[in-house]
Amino acid sequence: MSLRSPLGRARGMGSAKDGMTHFWAQRLTAVALVPITFWFCFSLVALAGADYAHFRAWLSMPGNTTLMLITIFITFHHAQLGMSVVLEDYVHDKGLLLISRTGVKFAAWLFGIFCAVSVLHVAFVGG
Amino acid sequence: MVEFALPANSKVQPGKSHKAPAGAKRVKTFKIYRYDPDSGQNPRLDSFEIDLDDCGPMVLDALLKIKDEIDSTLTLRRSCREGICGSCAMNIDGTNTLACLKPIADIKGDVKVFPLPHMSVVKDLVPDLSLAYAQLASIKPWIQRQSPLPPDRETLQSIEDRAKLDGLWECILCFCCQTSCPSYWWNSDRYLGPAVLLQAARWIHDSRDEMTGERLDALEDPFKLYRCHTIMNCTSTCPKGLNPARAIGSIKEKLAERTF
Repeated sequence: MSLRSPLGRARGMGSAKDGMTHFWAQRLTAVALVPITFWFCFSLVALAGADYAHFRAWLSMPGNTTLMLITIFITFHHAQLGMSVVLEDYVHDKGLLLISRTGVKFAAWLFGIFCAVSVLHVAFVGG
Repeated sequence: MVEFALPANSKVQPGKSHKAPAGAKRVKTFKIYRYDPDSGQNPRLDSFEIDLDDCGPMVLDALLKIKDEIDSTLTLRRSCREGICGSCAMNIDGTNTLACLKPIADIKGDVKVFPLPHMSVVKDLVPDLSLAYAQLASIKPWIQRQSPLPPDRETLQSIEDRAKLDGLWECILCFCCQTSCPSYWWNSDRYLGPAVLLQAARWIHDSRDEMTGERLDALEDPFKLYRCHTIMNCTSTCPKGLNPARAIGSIKEKLAERTF
């Protein structure tokens, strides 16, 4: 229980002077994901039934490698931005919020880099 | 974590039943949330049968008839009875609205009346709005200028600049939108909410105000402003037909315009 005045509660610690870049990045990545997802789905359909050699040849083409890496980067960036907002909405314990938000960011970096390395490995090393 | 269920002492129990007078032909049942903090009991849902042939057309008419003729302990805020003061905001038939503007005839079946959602209840249909009023005060809802005011006339505003305030100045601060917003339910201590942000927009877009930058600075915050996820409950529930979601969007546009 606190006897702090309602105005004191409402003003809190003031503004964080932050939020616009996060909001903008989330919208920008969402818009970017629309054409990228179309390309990704179209490619999946076109590659249906292809063997590994065919897939490797396709992935090692510069345009496809670039688009695949962009897909990975934007997908994981957008996912971690969105998950952070969801956690801020629903997790009110400050310690748990810090741990979960940090975990989401680490997971995004970890899986994102793993996916990118896998793409590069398949495209240029093979095996 | 967010609580998705009511605490045990807030669960609503069945309440008293008041039958319609003998000979009533057009009977409508009103189920009204009752809570008396002094009783130490859980809230209850009382049932009142009203003869519509002997009652005004709006929900507020029925509530006042109940208070006057059946149960004088029914507690509610009301004043103007014409949608200007915003006092009789409550949740009727599942939607936040003004009891004085809600026709009984628009409601099929029983009329369920609850206080504005997710606020502490003072008594019956009276929610505690202290924090919402303090949040309004925190955005400084008045003209702020450094230039001295003209000594001999009003501060002028062009017709075009005045038009930018349409859809904003009409807000009567009933807080129907504020208490319909899930983001406000989950984070009311940090998110300012749609009613307060609409008021903030009203002063940000006022050409006579000179503190636009400071106002935007105060709002640029992941919680104060950006907790709005454009859910649009605010816009669909506003009894005055305003669009708080668009007003919030206009603040976000201003912040983006300032950065890029």
